[in-house]
Amino acid sequence: MSLLEVRGLKVHFPIKKGILLERTVGAVRAVDGVDLSVEKGRTLGVVGESGCGKSTLGRAVLQLEPITEGSVVFDGQELTGLTGSELRAMRRRMQMVFQDPLASLDPRQSVSSVLSEPLRTHGEKGPYDARIRELLDLVGLPATAANRYPHEFSGGQRQRVGIARAIALNPELIIADEPVSALDVSIQAQVVNLLEELQQRLGLTYVVIAHDLAVVRHISDDIAVMYLGTVVEVAPSDRLYDQPLHPYTIALLSAIPIPDPEVEDRRERILLRGDLPSAADPPSGCRFHTRCPFRQATRCHDEVPLLRVPEIPVEHGGPGHQVACHWAEQVASGALQPQSAAVPAVDRVPTT
Amino acid sequence: MTAPVAAEAVPGHVLGAPRPLLEVRDLTVTFRARGRRDVKAVDGVSLDVPAGATVGVVGESGSGKSVTSLAAMGLLGRRGVDITGSVRFDGADLLTLPEEELRALRGRDIAMIFQDPMSSLNPVLTVGRQITEILERHRGLKGKAARDRAAELLESVGIGDAVRRLKSYPHQLSGGMRQRVMIAMALACEPRLLIADEPTTALDVTISAQILELLRSLVAGSQTALVLITHDLGVVAGLCDQVHVMYSGRIVESAPRRPLFADPQHPYTTGLLASVPRLDQPRGIPLLPIPGSPSDTLPWAQGCAFAPRCARQVPECLGAPPVLEPTPDTAAHLVRCVNPVTAPDVPEVAS
Repeated sequence: MSLLEVRGLKVHFPIKKGILLERTVGAVRAVDGVDLSVEKGRTLGVVGESGCGKSTLGRAVLQLEPITEGSVVFDGQELTGLTGSELRAMRRRMQMVFQDPLASLDPRQSVSSVLSEPLRTHGEKGPYDARIRELLDLVGLPATAANRYPHEFSGGQRQRVGIARAIALNPELIIADEPVSALDVSIQAQVVNLLEELQQRLGLTYVVIAHDLAVVRHISDDIAVMYLGTVVEVAPSDRLYDQPLHPYTIALLSAIPIPDPEVEDRRERILLRGDLPSAADPPSGCRFHTRCPFRQATRCHDEVPLLRVPEIPVEHGGPGHQVACHWAEQVASGALQPQSAAVPAVDRVPTT
Repeated sequence: MTAPVAAEAVPGHVLGAPRPLLEVRDLTVTFRARGRRDVKAVDGVSLDVPAGATVGVVGESGSGKSVTSLAAMGLLGRRGVDITGSVRFDGADLLTLPEEELRALRGRDIAMIFQDPMSSLNPVLTVGRQITEILERHRGLKGKAARDRAAELLESVGIGDAVRRLKSYPHQLSGGMRQRVMIAMALACEPRLLIADEPTTALDVTISAQILELLRSLVAGSQTALVLITHDLGVVAGLCDQVHVMYSGRIVESAPRRPLFADPQHPYTTGLLASVPRLDQPRGIPLLPIPGSPSDTLPWAQGCAFAPRCARQVPECLGAPPVLEPTPDTAAHLVRCVNPVTAPDVPEVAS
């Protein structure tokens, strides 16, 4: 049984107008019908560009955003609708790691105070010194760090403090929202390795939310790709790279630069036209059809594609690979070819 | 002030080639603040940018990559900053040029694109006004002629419905669109040198691919030289002829892009490459991070600044500062290391 089950989750933020007589004139559909499940001890990566709703999804799972519709089941218990002490009891089993450790740590709190706060809040008896030493050791910080303040640390060390705080209560699920994107390149790997090591030692389940597909693929067992509030493709990490089925995933993968000139010169890049449409007024039918290089004259603009297992040969698809595209089979078989995008392609003379 | 560096090789310099468009020699930038330690952000950087070339400068935060370009453009101000060395653009030293002549050069012959287009565009002027301003000042175009040219420029960077867009304010545009406007402004006078400082870092992956493709198509075949400053090795891999890797204010490795990625020799370069996961490699290859953080540096005067984080440290690393030297194979491949990584070596696992 999966540890976390999300079904038909919707988070809509109302758009208000007027000063005295405030009325709702619309809604930003940040998350608009998402289904996900995460097995115990595994890692689900959620990728997408800014504005696709991935962060809102993570916060909604922890009941940090008001849920418009749908259900979030954690270890067999429905979380939506829980309040007060019941919710607090569940919260100690689910924690969050934030993107910017400097913003998510109180500059006036010493590390020992940061780490003892969750313990105190959830009614653990003091003294906490031994537990704090243990936590610092787990995340690779010296015991002397306890008496220091966030500004005395480098970015990578601060993120270690943020992770120590998240694991203080021995949670089962950790939602990490862009855990490494604020860090220097040479430091990112340290934090990624730490997250993996902690998962093995403590049996943690992760939901890692990030825009960097390379980092997500490295750390995740399964990946969900989001576009404009919906999940467009879910697949085991390797599958997603070997055989992306959704046109958006294909474009996303082709857009990521690879640090190797040999590969870069040979790659075919699929450029998307335009920008992300507004989540307050998403396109009809398939939300991606306005930018899709594979768009067809029928179905795409008026029929909403559902997340489904495509009918393609097993060696290409397989269980656990789902896609929300009407034409996934034709895209996979190569029967459909991408059309060129807004920027004219330029013939490149390879330079040496 | 600074002692001349003894005959160090110059990155990007080609023997016997015509004079390069931009010649930076021994550029040093020191920030001074009362009551604080002096910070040497750039420490003796020399490099050549030939006309029409695309040059990448790679480094992490604090490596001095942006300060190098700002100092070269005379954008650092005079108070609290000491700049020594020389920056010759087409023969004229930008560091000693009177402010007025410098201003005539900037925008016309040299243009710059910054990371965050929102904070570099003026929020209270329309996009059209900001572009025509440049055309009026440097090209003497007025009225309709200027507006027509501005619309043409917007078209050339892939903004549709350009005539209407001229009336837009920056906040009405998306991030990718704003960066396109910045590029249109930078290209308004067909500059000979374009400096792009992290042009895509603030953008999403798919938008960033659009912008890089645009930059590539704009400089390809033109005589405009592009200096691309970035922390992302992937970006330079596809775009740059020559790549300079900076660490703690100095260039530590410099090579044409193919040798740099095929045969990186400085432990910092190999460390950077081993610490980023690659999409095209099988999963499960462990990442080998560089230990410590970019602030754990040694002053260059005492040896190699990277030594405290380096897995290949030998006693010679601490002592005299290492010199940027050509590698045995290629004269165009320069490394500042006494114990460089040789081809079959894999970077050792740092504890």
